[in-house]
Amino acid sequence: MMTKAKSILLSGVVLGAFAIGGVSLVAVTHGSVGERIADNQYQAMKRKLDTILPAEQINNDPLQDSLRVSARDLLGADATQVYRARHDASPVAVVLEPVVPDGYAGPIKLLVSVLHDGTLGGVRVVSHHETPGLGDKIEEAKSDWVLDFTGKSLTNPPLEKWAVKRDGGEFDQFTGATITPRSIVNAVRDTLLYVQQQGESLYQPIETETATIEGGQG
Amino acid sequence: MSAPQSYGSIFSGGIWSNNQMLVALLGLCPLLATTTSATNGLGMGLATTAVIVCSNGTVSLVRNLVRPEIRIPVFVLVIASFVTLVELIMQAFFYDLYQVLGLFISLIVVNCMIIGRAEAFASKNRVDRALLDGLAVGLGATLVLTTLGGLREFVGQGTLFHQADLLLGDWAKAISLSLGEDFQGALIAILPPGAFIGLGLMIALKNLIDQYAKRRAAARAVPAVRTDPSAA
Repeated sequence: MMTKAKSILLSGVVLGAFAIGGVSLVAVTHGSVGERIADNQYQAMKRKLDTILPAEQINNDPLQDSLRVSARDLLGADATQVYRARHDASPVAVVLEPVVPDGYAGPIKLLVSVLHDGTLGGVRVVSHHETPGLGDKIEEAKSDWVLDFTGKSLTNPPLEKWAVKRDGGEFDQFTGATITPRSIVNAVRDTLLYVQQQGESLYQPIETETATIEGGQG
Repeated sequence: MSAPQSYGSIFSGGIWSNNQMLVALLGLCPLLATTTSATNGLGMGLATTAVIVCSNGTVSLVRNLVRPEIRIPVFVLVIASFVTLVELIMQAFFYDLYQVLGLFISLIVVNCMIIGRAEAFASKNRVDRALLDGLAVGLGATLVLTTLGGLREFVGQGTLFHQADLLLGDWAKAISLSLGEDFQGALIAILPPGAFIGLGLMIALKNLIDQYAKRRAAARAVPAVRTDPSAA
């Protein structure tokens, strides 16, 4: 009896020691590279924002000036990050991270910048699971399709023309892949509608909330 | 227990004759999922190698300390810790590559190849042999991952080592190869079926080479016996 209890206890202690050892190894590493990782994420995000914002007109850091909004109908997710770009106090653009819920193979994450006058500063695909060689032409690296959005607005083309050509709209679809472009065109249009609806309120400085948003990521 | 294997046979076993991916067909999930390009395959292979060397070494060091009843949870703890380490280090130093491989790095935890080597080899052998075995098995896997990745990338996309600079630094742009923008490629190679077909071809090729080597060895052995009576 005694030996059985002892061996159970011993096993428990050894296993516990390994757990503690493993966790501390990970904790120490995380402590030493954590800052670097956060910096990488920040830089990667900043590079993305820079390509769709008029950098010369902006003198704040949009990544430090963001708020979280909730509009599932138009932005596709329960919480969407909104980054605000300003020149001193005057608003220049907002960048939103809408989710396209109806991609061909699951949700597609976008980055959409809307200038203060309601035109698109640019659209980029952050992540997707579309078919390689067909739907993945939405990536900037694969084709220029996504660049066509730049400069468009709700009046150019008019709202009813915000569709792929097959549906009587203005935007190209891909051979063999209509669902992906269609869902993105719809999502970008909805994002524009949302920004138009919200108007100036998106630029409201919200002191208390920006603090809670720190460190949030998509 | 049989006599310990020689270093040479441990090494060649891991790389070729007992290649965990081509012979044992372990770790198919990362093999099939991440090998859409040679760079991805190489990155995944190197990450796996790092984990398997560390886990083999640790498991071998503690093999007399760990009671048989708790060895599996201990292996899992060791492997999970090292995978998390590799993941953190990749995020810190190869962030762009991490964004491509991200999800699959954490899946190294469930790669049965690693726990398989811990159980079958590292827990029964001295630490130097265990380290060598981890290295050989890891390199064998890297070889398969990179070859299959290269094959699929070349057939499907017309490039080889595209974006290798994400992993290896700027000099690697020199080894990137492209057939040009207009190359259409066979889409199937990039899609999941392409991974199965490519793996099948690689296994067939390995078996062919092994058969050929065997026949040659046999042919060399037989004439030595046969020429004797005919000469007499």
